[in-house]
Amino acid sequence: MQIKIHHKLTSFSLLKLIYDLFLQTTWGSSLLCVICIPSLLCVICIPRVFPSFARLLFPSIQSHPSRMQSSGPLVSLSWIFINNEWHNSVSGKKFPVFNPATEEKICEVEEGDKEDIDKAVKAARQAFQIGSPWRTMNASERGRLIYKLADLIERDRLLLATMESINGGKLFSNSYTLDLGGCVATLRYCAAYLSTNDCVFYFPDGNFFGYTRHEPIGVCGQIIPWNFPLFMFIWKIGPALCCGNTVVVKPAEQTPLTALHVASLIQEAGFPPGVVNIVPGYGPTAGAAISSHMDIDKVAFTGSTEVGKMIKEAAGKSNLKRVTLELGGKSPFIVFADSDLDSAVEVAHQALFYHQGQCCIAASRLFVEESIYDEFVRRSVERAKKYVLGNPLTPGVSQGPQIDKKQYEKILDLIESGKKEGAKLECGGGPWGNKGFFIQPTVFSNVTDEMRIAKEEIFGPVQQIMKFKSLDDVIKRANNTHYGLAAGIFTKDIDKAITVSSALQAGTVWVNCYSVVSPQCPFGGFKMSGNGRELGEYGLQEYTEVKMVTMKISQKNS
Amino acid sequence: EGRGVPGNTGGWPGSPGRAGDIFINNEWHESKSGKKFATYNPSTLEKICEVEEGDKLDVDKAVEAAHAAFQRGSPWRRLDALGRGWLLHQLADLVERDRAILATLETMDTGKPFLHAFFIDLEGCIKTLRYFAGWADKIQGRTIPTDDNVVCFTRHEPIGVCGAITPWNFPLLMLVWKLAPALCCGNTIVVKPAEQTPLTALYLGSLIKEVGFPPGVVNIVPGFGPTVGAAISSHPHISKIAFTGSTEVGKLVKEAASRSNLKRVTLELGGKNPCIVCADADLDLAVECAHQGVFFNQGQCCTAASRVFVEEQIYPEFVRRSVEYAKKRPIGDPFDIRTEQGPQIDQKQFDKILDLIESGKKEGAKLECGGSAMEDRGLFIKPTVFSEVTDTMRIAKEEIFGPVQPILKFKNIEEVIKRANSLEYGLTAAVFTKNLDKALKLASALESGTVWINCYNAIYAQAPFGGFKMSGNGREL
Repeated sequence: MQIKIHHKLTSFSLLKLIYDLFLQTTWGSSLLCVICIPSLLCVICIPRVFPSFARLLFPSIQSHPSRMQSSGPLVSLSWIFINNEWHNSVSGKKFPVFNPATEEKICEVEEGDKEDIDKAVKAARQAFQIGSPWRTMNASERGRLIYKLADLIERDRLLLATMESINGGKLFSNSYTLDLGGCVATLRYCAAYLSTNDCVFYFPDGNFFGYTRHEPIGVCGQIIPWNFPLFMFIWKIGPALCCGNTVVVKPAEQTPLTALHVASLIQEAGFPPGVVNIVPGYGPTAGAAISSHMDIDKVAFTGSTEVGKMIKEAAGKSNLKRVTLELGGKSPFIVFADSDLDSAVEVAHQALFYHQGQCCIAASRLFVEESIYDEFVRRSVERAKKYVLGNPLTPGVSQGPQIDKKQYEKILDLIESGKKEGAKLECGGGPWGNKGFFIQPTVFSNVTDEMRIAKEEIFGPVQQIMKFKSLDDVIKRANNTHYGLAAGIFTKDIDKAITVSSALQAGTVWVNCYSVVSPQCPFGGFKMSGNGRELGEYGLQEYTEVKMVTMKISQKNS
Repeated sequence: EGRGVPGNTGGWPGSPGRAGDIFINNEWHESKSGKKFATYNPSTLEKICEVEEGDKLDVDKAVEAAHAAFQRGSPWRRLDALGRGWLLHQLADLVERDRAILATLETMDTGKPFLHAFFIDLEGCIKTLRYFAGWADKIQGRTIPTDDNVVCFTRHEPIGVCGAITPWNFPLLMLVWKLAPALCCGNTIVVKPAEQTPLTALYLGSLIKEVGFPPGVVNIVPGFGPTVGAAISSHPHISKIAFTGSTEVGKLVKEAASRSNLKRVTLELGGKNPCIVCADADLDLAVECAHQGVFFNQGQCCTAASRVFVEEQIYPEFVRRSVEYAKKRPIGDPFDIRTEQGPQIDQKQFDKILDLIESGKKEGAKLECGGSAMEDRGLFIKPTVFSEVTDTMRIAKEEIFGPVQPILKFKNIEEVIKRANSLEYGLTAAVFTKNLDKALKLASALESGTVWINCYNAIYAQAPFGGFKMSGNGREL
């Protein structure tokens, strides 16, 4: 069923109006913070008053039919997106989506289940048929569509960043610069890669000539987490579309809104129907339906190790679909005594507290060399105390809420375990405020390897600082975990840097920096932090199936 | 001389142990349970010898050894890449030196014709070892230009302890396919050879020791799938598993890998491979390749051409010539140099093949020749050709793994593409045509990991091999 609603104004369409205004002016980040954010807040607070208010403020909107057109789908952002059309869920069920800063409901979204996934897979399969517009499209044209999508995301950047902040509890400045900037850069990287993805030629023994074709795998199922809802969505669809696949995406149930807005941009960019399908819903229903679907050729998942295991198992049980997983971490961050202490303290701090600690790469085991340990702890505590908690849309706020009650409680439980198991609580250590899922920035010192806070993924603003004595000792301890996602090293000594980076079992090692993730570099985990890589050439290979073509020739004159 | 090697008391050259022991840490061990199992010669149904039967505890011991050999600072981890390559080269030399012994063992244990074992299997082993020996010091990372003031480079590191489960149809060759790339990249390995055919793998253990691989780098635990195989797939300290065998077991392996520790998985599984013969093809070549494509190794190949699609106008002639070929195929003692076809591997496979042949007869395919076992001998099956086969028959859908050639008819290219792609398998495909456009169009459209044009089974160490869809995950070579 196709649903078109043009006159229902939601708070998001109002944000869109504000965005349109800013598009016609030149604005900097200060302008954004000073004018835009407070007005957004005011918009959200008085939704009933706002429609007339908006028309008063922005009469010019009427004279931009092209923009009005794109605001059509904008208000349709709570539906299932299949075949470039908006659908109700087959079951008729909906689920609520919340603002974690206020615990208020933002809206209700259609709840996809197995039947909706079936519908989406059928559309994706149809779009992947030999001879379909998508399969016969030149690679250069695919690249053009992806570029166009990047442009549209850039156009709607303010709106998307605001949505992401409201729905994800993410600081607006981070959403705007890092999440949205990353999305656009990733899409452009993928779009540009298309012209270079070629065949490889072989001359095997004997009178044969051979070449490999790097073909799309087919229908790819993609399951997205709630910590970087849009950015991880783009990490998945960018490479998949670049290589010519079609996709069925399940955004996280906590944060489906930005993905659905991008659905409207996918339609606007002109992707053929069925190439991208988005089914919001829950893991045990929609997610399970994707992982065990007999007509999905590959599944890519970002989330917890626990669920990652279930997905790979379901893939094995069903049709041996290819699997890439990007899972949890308990990433070590090693600070040697010879490092630039100011920089190490600040980077280690950001590496853990960024986005309320809700990053798979969070540097949640900080190993500091004995001789600088006390000073390091002192400065880290000082830094952590500087936080201003509050609504992530408010300028000056440096920490937002955790995503939901479940995570919030899990983090508080781990903090309690740290206190009980004898770690020294340096600051924080409890909830904050009386509304929203806020947790005080927490620092523990005197942490030892066997404590729960040193072993389990916390996914919250809790920093564990441990002490180490020697290089061999710290390598062993850093590797003593099932996780192997990322690691950080701070030292000025080149020998230490290279020895340790070679010895650490981690998919990414940062030296004198952290969290530097860019679309050109492969990202993924050793051990139980994942299977396969995302981004870079390595990541694109995960979306192709290699076909070897060998031909008999009468004589190989080479 | 070769036949005397696997005597129960003789032991392999250079080893004080007995033939059939478990190989761990460059030493020969008895099984923890004290159990043994017999390995048979399928051509005579006689027992060749008894082999120590590994189980979970033996796998644990092997993994412990492999894990120790992979520790940071171990001799294997400190060995220069060039040194790893040199060891592989030397292993190739020893395989070449003992080529006749290995080929003899292989023939006794599998029933494959000796000349095939000698010239095809062993040739493949030696070339694969040398190919990967050459790669050892050429595994390079990349330097990647990124935004901001950072330098980004990648290191391609060994994964760790790899488990390998190998099949019985090409016991030594498939072992080398797993072993050579794993060692080339600096991993250590725990291998389970197929229970039907453990002998050449164990012999190779003695050569690995002779070459001087550090202890624990290669460990070989003979045993059964549900015990040793399951222990490997679900072991928490094995970081990667590579399996060649049936799709059914492949699924179990991947499931176990997920449940345990998310070990990386590569699978090389079954196939029901289309061989498409267009009317403009060189008919002599097509008939011969299609024949060899399905009958080679008693039909026991994952690449077997077990769906031959022939264009309408040449169909009768193609069938006639194929039947002629099949009738002439010499069956008998695998050590006889005239023999092209030996026995099937065991009673279970033999029964399964005969059952599928019966289904073909019942479902209305036309039996052109063969269609039954050889009257006077154990596990031999007559080369069988079915014509007028349709897509819905079991013989056109299920993997037969026996000397049975189903020949189907097609009318046009679009139709044959659809039919060829209609199964869950996607391992290999072949196309016979002189027309360049048809060849390239089919090569692009067929959903399979390998497409051969005007040839068959052209498998080389330089070319990647593996399956689309449920024929596998990942690539070998």
